[in-house]
This record gives sequence, C-alpha cells and structure tokens, in this order.
Amino acid sequence: MSFLAIQTIYIYEMRRFLRTLFQSFFSPIILTSLYFIVFGAAIGSKINTVDGVSYGAFIVPGLIMLNVMNESTSNASFGIFMPKFEGTIYEILSAPISFYEIVLGYVGAAATKSIIIGLVVLGTAYLFVELPIAHPGIMLFFLLMTCISFSLLGFIIGILSKNWEQLQVMPLLVITPLVFLGGSFYSISMLPPVWQYITMFNPVVYLISGFRWSFFGISDVPIFISLVAIIFFTAGCVMIIWWIFKTGFRIKQ
Amino acid sequence: MTENLKIAVSVSGLSKTYNNGLIALNDISLDIMKGEILALLGSNGAGKTTLISIICGIVNPTYGVVKVGGYNVIYQYRDARRLVGLVPQELSLESFETVFDTIKFSRGLFGKPRDNCYLERTLRQLSLWDKRNTPVLELSGGMKRRVLIAKALSHEPRVLFLDEPTAGVDVELRKDMWKIVRCLRETGVTVILTTHYIEEAELIADRIGVIDKGKLLLLDDKSVLMKKMGKKELQIDLQVPIDVIPNSILKYNIKLTDDHESLIYTYEKNSDRLGISKLLGDLAAAGVILKDVSTRQTSLEEIFVDLVGEKK
Repeated sequence: MSFLAIQTIYIYEMRRFLRTLFQSFFSPIILTSLYFIVFGAAIGSKINTVDGVSYGAFIVPGLIMLNVMNESTSNASFGIFMPKFEGTIYEILSAPISFYEIVLGYVGAAATKSIIIGLVVLGTAYLFVELPIAHPGIMLFFLLMTCISFSLLGFIIGILSKNWEQLQVMPLLVITPLVFLGGSFYSISMLPPVWQYITMFNPVVYLISGFRWSFFGISDVPIFISLVAIIFFTAGCVMIIWWIFKTGFRIKQ
Repeated sequence: MTENLKIAVSVSGLSKTYNNGLIALNDISLDIMKGEILALLGSNGAGKTTLISIICGIVNPTYGVVKVGGYNVIYQYRDARRLVGLVPQELSLESFETVFDTIKFSRGLFGKPRDNCYLERTLRQLSLWDKRNTPVLELSGGMKRRVLIAKALSHEPRVLFLDEPTAGVDVELRKDMWKIVRCLRETGVTVILTTHYIEEAELIADRIGVIDKGKLLLLDDKSVLMKKMGKKELQIDLQVPIDVIPNSILKYNIKLTDDHESLIYTYEKNSDRLGISKLLGDLAAAGVILKDVSTRQTSLEEIFVDLVGEKK
C-alpha cells in the first residue's frame, strides 16, 4: 500500500477545504442557528417535550445528521468529480495506486471535513440548548460511520455523474428528502401508523434513531438494528466502488 | 535474454474495441527500446492516444499484453506505472493550485518521497521556476504545457509519453521541448511521442511508427525508412518554356510543371540505374535547353501520405 499516495490525495483535498474555510465553517453555524431560532424557539415553544426531551435538544442529533450527510455527500462527490471534469483524472488512473488507496484518500478527506462540521454544529447547539450525551463512544462511532458511509456514497455519485446537474440532483432530490423524512425533527411515533410503516423503508431513519439514542437513550428503532444498518450501508457502498473500479464503469473505458 | 533487457515497452497482439463498437487498435505488436525516441505518426483517430492510454493504464485493453520494464501493466501495474510519465494531449490541470503544489502532488501520487531540489531543477529546466507560486489558472497555454511536462517528470520516470506535445505551442517552446527530450534521452529515458507534424518526427526521432485505423503500418529506423522508401526528384529548369513534353522522353517518369518552365523527374534513390545521364542526353537531343538542375529528397510527410494513401 502506498501511504504516501493516500496522504498526498488526503492533504490535497483538505487544502481545498481550507481554501473555502469561511464557507465550510460559517455556513453550518449560521444554518444551525437559524434552525434553532425557527424550530427550537418559535415552533419548539409550542411543543413541550418529545419522549421526555425538550424539543430544542431533540432536534440536535437530526441537525448534526442533516449537516454531515449533506457535507459528506457533496464534498466526496465534488472531490472526485472535479478531476473528471478538469481531465486530471488521467493522473490518478495512471498512478501506481489501487482503487482502495484512491478511495482512502478522497473519502478520508471528505469524512474528516464532515466530522469537523458535525462537531462545529454540536458546539453551536450548546449555545442554544442544554444537551446531555448519554453514550459518547456510540455517538462518536455513529458520527464517524455516517461521515464515512455518506462520503462513500458521495464518491459513487461523483463517479457516476456525467455533468454538474447530475452532481447536484442526487443530493438534492434523494438525500435531503430522506434526511428530512427520516425523523430529523420528529419522532417516528408522532406519525400516523401507515406513514410509520412506510418510513421504515428509509435507511436514514436507522442512522438518526441510533445517533439520537447515543444522546438521550431513546430511539425509534432498537440500537442494535441501527448499528447493523450503518455497517451494511457502508459495506454496500464499498462493494459498489470496488465494482466500479474493477469494471472501469464511467471512469475507464 | 539480453535483447529483453534492452526493451523498455513491449506490446504484443494489442487490440481495443470501445463499447460503441469502434475498433481503435487492431492487433498491434511492437517493442520500444530503452533510451530511444520513438515517434508514432498517424492522422486524427488513428489510434495513437488509445495505444498510449492502454500502456499508461488509463484505458483497458480488449486483447493483448503490454509490459513496461518487463512488468505486465495489468497484473504488475504498480511496478509498471512507477516507470511511466505521461504528458496528455489536453491541457488538463488543477486550475486553482500553484505550479509548485501541482507538481508536488504528482510526485506524491506516484509514491515518491518529497525532493524539493529535484522539483526545483525540473522547474528551472522548463523555465517555470519564476512561476512556481502562480496559480495554474493564470498561466498561458504554453506555460500550462510546460507544467504538464513538469508533472510527468516529477516522479523521475524511465519512459515518457508525450501525446501531441507541440499541438498549439509556439516555436520557442517547441525548441525547448526538443532540447529537454534530447537531454532526457541522454540520461537513458525512453521517449515516445505522437504527432502529426511529420517534420518533428523527422527532426527528433530515432525510430518512426506509422499507425492508421488502429493498425501499425510500419515501424523502422528513421534513416532506414528514408533510405528504403525515399524517392528523389530531379528538377530541370528550362531556358525556354515548352508546351508539351517531347515524345522521346515520355518513357521517363517525368512531369511538366504548371508554369511550363521546369520538368520534374522522380527516381528511386537506391536503384542501380538512375537514368539521369540518359535523360539529360535525350533532352539535349530533343532540343530542350536547360537553365539549371537541382535534386530533392522525398520528405517523411510524402512517405506517410503515400503509405496511408496506399492502404485506403
């Protein structure tokens, strides 16, 4: 394995993140603050508690998930789409490195950025609400796995996208609705029975539920199922990327 | 065995058919020797870039075996690719990176430890040192081409591919580039370049290969090729223009120029009997008065056009 090559890609991608530091850091802080003002103060004041947790605190895990899923997907997809768009992918394909080294570099950097952003959102939340973390280890594990798995998904989107429109459409039309409808701002138990059943087909439900459990010890689905779901999702993304590099689909003719 | 050690790149039975059914390469076999400069000639779409792309690992072959430095480019791709540097045809560069950062990235990508002295030498050689902190976005086309070369050289390759290196570059850069290519050859680097500027191949290459419609039409030493296929022309300028070629010299391979002031006689340079003396005698007998006589060697371009034309 060429650690130097992985490190080179990783540093290159992180430098791109640092070039847009203002946008990277301040946009999630401003967005989180707005969510707290709208949902926490305005709407939250009409809702006493959800499963014994104040509404302001209840939405924090969902907000963190919303941010890290979007950031992971967009960072990783952009990271690999740019070399395709600029034509510099020739250099990556002709370098003496395998697919997993390429993935480790790009996905590692995208996941790192998302973890930082997730922690920034968490820090911002403490400015507005009192927030206990019942299981910090599990919380970090979920955060890490979500960042990795959605960065892998973003990497797939970046490879499969043929143009800028496709690059934007997938996160906008698929991921954002799944996150919003996956219990980010409500408990699944608040939905009518039919919608509760349909919601269970949304994979994001398991991630948000597990992540919320790590904060408050309450969840919509058993924590074990959430853990299995995130591991399966990650493994699925790895398999797809392995297949893409093996066949050269959309990257190598 | 000794012969194998001299081979830098070996291509055997290589074919490539793209998903849309286009046959880009059709059973190509060739050996490229260490330290030589090989020029691959061919018109657009002949298959030159596909051949290079397969050797460099960017395109998958359909059939055939390619080895670089004895390493199979599929099964021993790490060892094979470490030896190869590629300057692509397109100006594909990371726009927002500085010149120095982008070549540092290339070196790292190929697993080479940091060596700023080597990178500085490379940039100086390419007259890019002053631009090292300039973002690529702000460079001219010629400068970008130099950056591409610097990137390809950043990991000290033993085999360098230059895909249409002089497309759209000025004379100065072209001269610089050939100077660099010659310097690289002196250090034992094998250089393979594709071009359709035939005069370039004539100027710099040791051997020349001609590709057309995915087939390798010929591969030979430049001098041998010129000797083997070269024709010469004898231009006879006339004191008094003539309307038609006299009957007595129609048996010669001779043409009258459009301005009727010269005759062009084409002959095989290596033929035992050139027929020049006899022709001049017959001209004198026919009453044609000569003003001047000169000869010209057929250029590589004419050989190329003849070859491709014959196949069509």
